[in-house]
Amino acid sequence: MTMTATDRASIRAAHVSKWAYSKVIFALLSRDVAVLKKNLKFFLIRVIMQPLLFVFVFTYVFPKIGQGVGGSGAKASEFSTLLVAGVVGISIIFQAVQAVALPLVQEFGYTKEIEDRALAPVPIWGLALEKILSGAIQSLLAAIVVFPIVLLIPATPVHLHFDWPVLLTIVPLSAVLSGALGLTIGTLIPPNQVPLIFAIIVLPITFLGAVYYPWAALTPIEWLKIAVLINPLIYINEGLRAALTHGVPHMALGYVYLALVAFTLVLLVVSTKGLRRRIVS
Amino acid sequence: MTGVTGVFALEARQLTKRYSQTVLAVDHLDLAVQKGEIFGLLGPNGAGKTTTGGMLTTRIVPTSGNAFIGGIDVVAHPAEAKREIGVVPQTNTLDRSLSVEQNLYFHGRYFGYSRNEAKTRASQLLEQFKLSERSSAPVAALSGGMAQRLMMARAVFHQPTVLILDEPTSGLDPQSRLAFWDVLRELHSSGQTVLLTTHYMEEADQLCERLAIMDHGRILAIGSPSELKSGIKSGSILTVEVSGEVLGLTEQLRKELKDSSVDSVTASANGMVIIGDEASKLISPVVRIAEASGHSVLNLKVEEPSLETVFISLTGRELRE
Repeated sequence: MTMTATDRASIRAAHVSKWAYSKVIFALLSRDVAVLKKNLKFFLIRVIMQPLLFVFVFTYVFPKIGQGVGGSGAKASEFSTLLVAGVVGISIIFQAVQAVALPLVQEFGYTKEIEDRALAPVPIWGLALEKILSGAIQSLLAAIVVFPIVLLIPATPVHLHFDWPVLLTIVPLSAVLSGALGLTIGTLIPPNQVPLIFAIIVLPITFLGAVYYPWAALTPIEWLKIAVLINPLIYINEGLRAALTHGVPHMALGYVYLALVAFTLVLLVVSTKGLRRRIVS
Repeated sequence: MTGVTGVFALEARQLTKRYSQTVLAVDHLDLAVQKGEIFGLLGPNGAGKTTTGGMLTTRIVPTSGNAFIGGIDVVAHPAEAKREIGVVPQTNTLDRSLSVEQNLYFHGRYFGYSRNEAKTRASQLLEQFKLSERSSAPVAALSGGMAQRLMMARAVFHQPTVLILDEPTSGLDPQSRLAFWDVLRELHSSGQTVLLTTHYMEEADQLCERLAIMDHGRILAIGSPSELKSGIKSGSILTVEVSGEVLGLTEQLRKELKDSSVDSVTASANGMVIIGDEASKLISPVVRIAEASGHSVLNLKVEEPSLETVFISLTGRELRE
């Protein structure tokens, strides 16, 4: 029996698809890394500025001038310590959202530059996964860059106790979650409404994300304590607190992992669907 | 995937896209492009050419029907089908974060070329498309013609079965257009199969070996440009612009010109289209009859057979309205 061209084509298609997708995804990632290298200066400024000012004002200036925000003495030291997790957490979520959502706005813009990537021989889910991983890589880099800042700048000593297994699981999981959040936002928000990203998503997430206080401290405002549970940053920060500090209260780790995994899975599905809707009609 | 013989580089069967109850963008389209052929889809804006291109390039999911490229079912296996196509879209979709050379290099990487292979092929294509001098420039610095050439180089990088060009010259100046035609002819002589959508009759006439004339999502005629032109029964077309209501007048002309080898008289947007053996001989009777019935003749044009007249004879409308 002779083989028709169709048989050959389908055999080739099946053979190609099995592992070639990961190669394509890797190539797309290497493109993002090349762009990141090219813009490294701007990336660093973007990553460093917010946490630098934040830590500088709250943990250096305020204790020195006797401003009571973080308390004084031992209290101030405690505040510097609990802020470490918050500032690293903000950087993780914020950098991934910026790294994924903002370029998408250009790619979906009037030139439809997205087609350059959409025509790469990979299914839409592969493209979505690549964008999420790219965001995750950039948020990991942000966490690494920010960490020394929160250790070295505060005027009062920072007391850290590393729980490595927790740290090495919470951070990558948070990074992937943040990348998926970035892709979700980037595919949901119309290109002409970008400032909305900051007003309705970034600001509420950061201000109500247990950055400046542990979640448990919200007990006096019970409704808020429950309402903020829809904020994924809560779990990132509580998890980081568990990984980095002793003595600062944090949510039970079981709940933290459960919520991080659940948020990640939901956002993976929602963002992939969002990307498909924006590319395929 | 039954019944695909492998003779065709591209095949569409009953391909249909319905956007809503009232909008049928592409209506049961049948199409077969042979290997090595330059095939054109000619039609006015809104004829369904771009939607057809979108379905063939996996961006638009057909409502029904199938399309195969290089024997691969585009709907069932979009990721694999993307290996078989090279696409030059209407707008500049180059990667603005990368340089000219990097646009080609990373395209090669997406399509499975090793670092060295991608570098080599990129510089070879930069040479071929006369972009070597701009290789490290940002793509935003390219002129329209250069951006077009870079998109062509990107599209043929992975040696696709079919090169799909959507209105490739619509934004170009006349000189760049001619240069682009040369590039396309060169690719064709090296055996590249091309599907070209255009609303420029001259482009279709000059470049395409076969073409399909499309309107309202359907193919009205298919053949080589000369077959299509000789396919109109009559020799030429007389378009007449008159004042006032033309429906009565067309009826009257049909009656009175019955014996003067006239094939058809149809009302158009602001006048009539008369198709006949020798339209120039119809000028005086048409003017006489029109004026006798109280119309003034405002404009009058005789056209020899061209793809434009083929389109008019098929639709009663001009291509560029």
